Amino acid sequence: MNERLTPFLWLLFSAGGTVAALLFPVHVFLVALAFPLGALPAPSYEALHGLVQHPLVRIYIFVLISLPLFHWAHRFRYTLYDGLQLYHLTNLIAVLCYGAALAGTAATAYVLLTLTR
Amino acid sequence: MNGDMSGGAGLHHVGDGGMTRRAGLQPGHAYMRYHPKWYRRRMSVWWWLQKGSYAQFVLRELTSVAVAFFAFIFLWQVWALGQGPQAYAHVVARLGTPLAVVLSVVGFVLVLYHTVTWFNLAPAAMVVRVSGRRVPGWMVAAANYAAWVLLSAVVAWFFLGANQ
Repeated sequence: MNERLTPFLWLLFSAGGTVAALLFPVHVFLVALAFPLGALPAPSYEALHGLVQHPLVRIYIFVLISLPLFHWAHRFRYTLYDGLQLYHLTNLIAVLCYGAALAGTAATAYVLLTLTR
Repeated sequence: MNGDMSGGAGLHHVGDGGMTRRAGLQPGHAYMRYHPKWYRRRMSVWWWLQKGSYAQFVLRELTSVAVAFFAFIFLWQVWALGQGPQAYAHVVARLGTPLAVVLSVVGFVLVLYHTVTWFNLAPAAMVVRVSGRRVPGWMVAAANYAAWVLLSAVVAWFFLGANQ
């Protein structure tokens, strides 16, 4: 891995880990459990759609999704590397993991920028 | 080690990160590359099951899979918001299916494990000093937990108050 890129990737890992630690539990609990199961009154489509019209909310969603993806890329990369001892595939694994995070970030940016209806 | 070990077949293409060291002591002896591989015992791929702390480490690293899973779920839901009420209702309905609920419960536990391990490690990763004195580790961790509670309340307020 490029020596100059490594600190930057570690920063993304660290920032993403913090975002996930602080914000994922509440989002997961509400969006993936409480609302689908009807345990709490779910916000209406109109209400959420109105909420995401605000630029700050879109920036928040972008940060909420993209940084944790880089956190995943970093951890998953080293789990494959150490856990499965795939030393000879180290470059391929890095490209696939960070590439997936980049693709997810691009997709998030695209969805948020084209979300107008 | 001495020069007699230079007969190995895979000697000159072992990736050792460019590390080299002097191999022999005789004057004029050729330099030989350092091969850490020669000194390593083969480890099982299941090394992380040999000890509780190893398993905890790997479990902690695998919480990132749950993190990526939910990042994708959030993206899916935001995408559906742009597609219209029917697409959004479809996503919510899919999230309520038994398989999705089981995955979400397991993922939620993993995400909580990530949160707790992350905050408990924060004092080691972040040394905070106030007027030259190091802030005790438990205070750094406590600040993280306080921020967690506060931010969770704000997010919940936005979601639950969105209908008004």
